[in-house]
Amino acid sequence: MQAATANAPNHVWRKCKNVIMQSLTFVCAILVITPLVMVFYHLVWQGFTSINWEFFTQLPKPTGETGGGIGNAIVGTFILLAEAALVGIPVGVLGGVYLSEYGSTRLNWAIRFAADILNGVPSITWGIVVYALMVVPMHGFSALAGGVVLGMMMIPLVMRTTEEVLQLVPNGYREAALALGIDKWKSIIQIVIPAALRGIVTGILLALARVAGETAPLMFTALGNQYWSHKLTEPMAALPLQIFNYAISPYDDWHRQAWAGALILLLLVLTTNVGVRFLARDRFAKRKH
Amino acid sequence: MSTEGVARQRSPDFSQSRRQPTIVKNSVRNRFGDRAFKLITLVMALSIFALVVLIGIELLGGSGKAIHKFGWHFLFSSSWDPISDDYGALPFIFGTIVSSAIALVIAVPISVATAVYLTELAPRALSQVLIMFIELLAAVPSVILGLWGVFVMVPWLRSHLFPWLQDHLGFLPLFQGPIYGVSMLAGGIIVAIMIIPIITSVSREILQSVPGLQREAAYALGATRWEVTRIAVLSYAKKGIFGAVILGLGRALGETMAVTMVIGNSPQIVKSLFAPGYTLSSVIANEFNEATGSLYPSALFEIGLVLLGVTVLVNALAQLMLKAFAGPIVKPQN
Repeated sequence: MQAATANAPNHVWRKCKNVIMQSLTFVCAILVITPLVMVFYHLVWQGFTSINWEFFTQLPKPTGETGGGIGNAIVGTFILLAEAALVGIPVGVLGGVYLSEYGSTRLNWAIRFAADILNGVPSITWGIVVYALMVVPMHGFSALAGGVVLGMMMIPLVMRTTEEVLQLVPNGYREAALALGIDKWKSIIQIVIPAALRGIVTGILLALARVAGETAPLMFTALGNQYWSHKLTEPMAALPLQIFNYAISPYDDWHRQAWAGALILLLLVLTTNVGVRFLARDRFAKRKH
Repeated sequence: MSTEGVARQRSPDFSQSRRQPTIVKNSVRNRFGDRAFKLITLVMALSIFALVVLIGIELLGGSGKAIHKFGWHFLFSSSWDPISDDYGALPFIFGTIVSSAIALVIAVPISVATAVYLTELAPRALSQVLIMFIELLAAVPSVILGLWGVFVMVPWLRSHLFPWLQDHLGFLPLFQGPIYGVSMLAGGIIVAIMIIPIITSVSREILQSVPGLQREAAYALGATRWEVTRIAVLSYAKKGIFGAVILGLGRALGETMAVTMVIGNSPQIVKSLFAPGYTLSSVIANEFNEATGSLYPSALFEIGLVLLGVTVLVNALAQLMLKAFAGPIVKPQN
């Protein structure tokens, strides 16, 4: 009896604590997503009214004049992404194939470790590295350098995701192919990679979405451009650069356009992220869990 | 190893078969395709090391002049004067450390609590929705968060949070002095928003990898849900969560655009968190394209080298900690 009465308040307190901590963690979870909701709300609120046909198709107006658009920046971003894809996809995917299908444990450990470290290298550092590598020898900022820096940043991302999804392909596929006498490299290209294709494409799209929003590395490579430019040897406009330049400018009309540009960039990035979720429902994903 | 041994023992039986010639012929042809393909993929995989070396060489090459001129003094000098060509990184190192520290103080409790909520406490449907939102937050480009920071967050901080902090915690030197809005604290808050998704999702994976037996044992002893989480899950996952925090720190140190837009960009070392600061990454972002002469760009390269050194060390530590944590848990499952 004595023990029970002594335990009772303790028990109540434990239950209270349980409820308090559960609510506290819930509040934290809500706090975490608050900035996302706020950012999205303000972008739509401030940017939506500025989005019209002119905004997508026109060049920026000179300082002081209102109106104009950021058509060149939108096109520039897609050109830079295409270049980045040309650099990042082959190297990343084939490197991922090596990690998953060949390689010794120790070498693979070192490559994975180095790739993870590269993923953590600040984007601004990539910018000055490619500046020294390409802009200085070529005597000028260029879209080429901008594409290369984004492509380099994609490599470790694509390599790691490719390796991960290839590992999900059941070994039976490989063994069956080898048992039929198919060369290993053919079995990889014709059986293993197609089986994991959706996962690989997901990884590539996520990497593209990630570098699409990068500003810092482009500041010293693609530089930005107020005019239409299709030459890879000349500076090129990009959406994130334009947003940054407009945001730090003192003009209200440019601020308005920064909001609109940011809304477009965010929609581009978020629809890619949400879209690949449906793509990513890979047939092997279930087996893992 | 053992399977190879078996294959080797059996191989003489096959080699004696009558089909041997065709097999040999095939295998010679196959070998070439296989070797070529393996070589190509190997070169692609090794490009990772090439990139690491490239970054190191270019940054060292670029900063040669500044290293030669200032030596170690560069790290401890607080002068940043392009006119008299005298450069020191101390205010930027200070700003990077302080803004990252603020970010960790804000982000760590919130992220870990969120990870706990998502794995241990939340209803499944709700946790899936929240996880999606958190992953989307991670995908928001830095420059967009910076834009929002400048036009929405900073004015709010200036008119609401900072005066409130000054009224209630003004006795601390940290919360004294004039309020501009753009400040070290604003930089720290925006970095916190950027690293919360990373710390949360890595912590969540760590918590998920805690064996179910661990929880069941604690429930069997009559523990409440929170007690199970605290005693059985969190204490078990402590090291892994620490790794997640260090990973977040690595991101915080290198964060550029959003910080540059809200921190005020003033190279000074002061106690007040309301005063503007400057970080390693934002000084590069702001001044690199305008740096003329030979010593000025070189000093900025050296800033980049310092930034790279610190982030690589921190990231390597984080990866080693996370791998050390994943090791013992993953192995028994395989």
